[in-house]
Amino acid sequence: MNPFLQIRELKTHFPISKGIIFQREVGKVKAVDGVNLELQQGEILGLVGESGCGKSTLGRSILHIIRPTSGQVLLDGVNLTLLEPEALRSARKDFQMIFQDPYATLNPRMTVYDTLAEAFRAHFKVKGNAIKAEVVQLLGKVGLPASALNKYPHEFSGGQRQRIAIARALAVKPKLIVADEPVSALDVSVQAQIINLLAKLCRELGLTLIFISHDLSVVKHIADRVAVMYLGKIVELGPAVTVVERPLMPYTKALVSAVPIPDPVLEKSRKRMLLTGDPPSPINPPSGCPFRTRCPYAIEKCAQVVPPLEDFGTQFAACIRIREIQGLESVGSSRAG
Amino acid sequence: MATPLLQVDDLAVSFHTRNGIVRAVRNISFQVNRGETLGIVGESGSGKSVCCYSLLRLLPMPPGRIESGKAIFDGSMDLLSASIRDLNKVRGKRISMIFQDPMTSLNPYLKVGQQIMEPLLIHGSTTKAAARAQAIEMLKSVGIHDGEQRMEAYPHQFSGGMRQRVMIAMALITKPDLLIADEPTTALDVTVQAQILELIKKMQGELGTAVIFISHDMGVVAGFCDRVNVMYAGKIVESAGTQKIFEEPQHPYNKALQKSIPSLQQKGKELFTIEGLPPDLAGDLRGCPFAPRCAYAVDYCRRDPVELLETRPGHYSACLRVQRKEITLQS
Amino acid sequence: MESTLKEQPASETQVDIRPPSSLWRDAWIRLSKNKMALMGLWFLILLILFALSAPIIASRTYAYDKQDLSMTSAPPSGRHWLGTDVLGRDLAIRILYGAQVSLAVGLAATIVAITIGVLYGSIAGFIGGKLDSMMMRFVDIMYSLPFTIFVILLMVFYGRKFVNLFLAIGAVEWLTMARVVRGQMLSLKRQEFVEAAFALGLRRRRIILRHIIPNMLGIIIIYATLSVPSIMLLEAFLSFLGLGIQPPMCSLGVLIEEGARNMEESPWMLVFPAAVFSLTLFSLNFLGDGLRDALDPRASKD
Repeated sequence: MNPFLQIRELKTHFPISKGIIFQREVGKVKAVDGVNLELQQGEILGLVGESGCGKSTLGRSILHIIRPTSGQVLLDGVNLTLLEPEALRSARKDFQMIFQDPYATLNPRMTVYDTLAEAFRAHFKVKGNAIKAEVVQLLGKVGLPASALNKYPHEFSGGQRQRIAIARALAVKPKLIVADEPVSALDVSVQAQIINLLAKLCRELGLTLIFISHDLSVVKHIADRVAVMYLGKIVELGPAVTVVERPLMPYTKALVSAVPIPDPVLEKSRKRMLLTGDPPSPINPPSGCPFRTRCPYAIEKCAQVVPPLEDFGTQFAACIRIREIQGLESVGSSRAG
Repeated sequence: MATPLLQVDDLAVSFHTRNGIVRAVRNISFQVNRGETLGIVGESGSGKSVCCYSLLRLLPMPPGRIESGKAIFDGSMDLLSASIRDLNKVRGKRISMIFQDPMTSLNPYLKVGQQIMEPLLIHGSTTKAAARAQAIEMLKSVGIHDGEQRMEAYPHQFSGGMRQRVMIAMALITKPDLLIADEPTTALDVTVQAQILELIKKMQGELGTAVIFISHDMGVVAGFCDRVNVMYAGKIVESAGTQKIFEEPQHPYNKALQKSIPSLQQKGKELFTIEGLPPDLAGDLRGCPFAPRCAYAVDYCRRDPVELLETRPGHYSACLRVQRKEITLQS
Repeated sequence: MESTLKEQPASETQVDIRPPSSLWRDAWIRLSKNKMALMGLWFLILLILFALSAPIIASRTYAYDKQDLSMTSAPPSGRHWLGTDVLGRDLAIRILYGAQVSLAVGLAATIVAITIGVLYGSIAGFIGGKLDSMMMRFVDIMYSLPFTIFVILLMVFYGRKFVNLFLAIGAVEWLTMARVVRGQMLSLKRQEFVEAAFALGLRRRRIILRHIIPNMLGIIIIYATLSVPSIMLLEAFLSFLGLGIQPPMCSLGVLIEEGARNMEESPWMLVFPAAVFSLTLFSLNFLGDGLRDALDPRASKD
């Protein structure tokens, strides 16, 4: 069976130019640098990484909100990268995006009805009353009352706004949704509501979801598989539970160990793998393995070879020393950093 | 017992806006002991930041107004009624603050070195050369080793994590007795967050500074604080040692909050959610503010006034039903 | 404030949906609750009505250039309600004519400036890249031309016609508007709701008309209400140089200028035109503030 979504060697580079009238390119931000991914229909993929790792750009490049520099995106057999602007515009009904900031995601000057009806009309030709019925049904799906229709965004709380944004994405009946940090601006209790809602909608509507987040616990909760990104590359990919509980790539290990656990006993007793420094700039990424500058296991060879995403049976990881490190750890000297 | 470092009594803060009076902090009392770390957790709008900003009178006034209360610092000085001159002798010297956003809390037009030395120079008693030496020393202890050169750099030349290190150096250079940290790691990545928390802990150990740590993240609080106040709708609803807060919650809100966090330890089917929204803080609240969303609420919860009372030794709860021993909350 | 909406499934569909044009209707409702803005609006309407009917009034009383040589520099009286000027012309009539000219210049030049500025700025900001930097460099060059020389050239080449005055002023005022609009466009373009509209597959036209322009209205209106008075002042300055309104025609600016010269002996010559001028400015500002608030749904108090 062909995968529902195929991403091949996707690269998105932003030129950095200098000069006022005669601009010249002085460098490139390699925000997404050669990503390969395959998703089955109905699957939820979590995309995690720190700020600046390119996860948001990857999400936008998949949906062609930002045109990728090279590579291909195939959705249900259609190569989006090759579509002409007008064809791409009408293909957009198959894939939608949910954004991070509930306060910026809705046009402050449009009522909820206008927002949803506009989305609906963008791809379906239906008359007044039918639209109203559709819109009310949409609101029901995301758990909002019909009385919300004539209100403006500022009359809602953050969580409710995010529900409206989800309804807007669902209006065109998409098959793929990319959600870019949809809960990170929300309070914990509201965050849980939105996560449950997204999971429920995916299940009921058979949606394929790419859930972008910096929060490993959220991703582990909602996703079937997890892809970990670092400096524009996927460095580990596998089933959510496996990646979080038995990470292979040293970066993923550090990431997992840095997530705070809301349990004082566990939190105080566990060993942390503390990284030093910040992620390097994507303008001048290190040679070889992008993580080597912060990696406690880095050796000279790491600077020479770009590690491929290798299959380790349970998951994929990009590190040339994984077998050695596993050997080291089974001996028992896991303290690092 | 010795006098606490900071004793806050009956603090009430409100905002007088066009839409009415928003009572953001509603008569709360708490204390901070020397050298301890007090966590204040709550969701946005719970009043956790407002309460701490009002202690240093950093709230915009108007619309903000301190309606009542005392905040006795070091047994002698009331921060809320002291003159600005007296307050300035304490502010930035014996009490420092670090903020959420390390970019906006540094002045982009001043060299980092100048900004770190500033608290020392303002509060006098040092020469410029001595201040400089001390600043470099301080940068070293927050993990910036090339301090000499870094002193000459501007904030935009630093990454987010480095800026927060600079902020910490700036806040701790006067060896304050109390550090107020307002979500200091929220804007940072987890791997950097871990570094910064470790750093604050280390510095606290060296200087014996007490810390008020404001956060919305139960996970961070669990690993970092000695004692925790849980705030909801401008009130402290539960207060106890960290371990007790997590293991034996004495307020339904605290319990619900913990249950709604997705955890690395388990992959559940559906997350627990707290239905509804926090109450509108404009105007008076009758009864327990959490009652409309509480699974345990009964009639009198919505009616009777609530107070924070000791329900177990050293454990305070503002739940009427827990106080009357009608319910027990297992974690 | 947080709304206290209960979260329940939408089972009832008995909610009436307002027509999509409700932005303007809502704005009108909000504006009509703002007393100061309404007063400003009424004053401007009255002033415009009076100014337009100036020829009718003049035909029954005095023409604007009719000299009453027996009463030069006369204080207000039953015959000349607001007095006369140095040449014995009725001040009330002259103020009406002056208001007509000033308002016409102010509004027309503002409309010219806004139309050019909004179009120019939006195109530069929306398309961005090389085109943007070229368009904005052109604006910079225009800025650096000395205004007076520019106007004199225009007047010399195309004659001292009333229309040219609009063009001359509009040609300068649109520059600032273009910059303001471009800046707004750049920041709005990055807003998530604009990105969302794009991701939905909406056409560019619709994105600009429904999502970007309405969110720029506030600043455009503010700018417009600020630029009407500044244009009226510019006109007075040009007239003083002999480049604007030619006597015996007059504008409020000209009248104030004349009044200021005779302030000590005949204060009414300054007071009345100045009062009308400042009331106009006040009204414009109040109306502008009111409109900005009215067009922003967030500003409503309920």
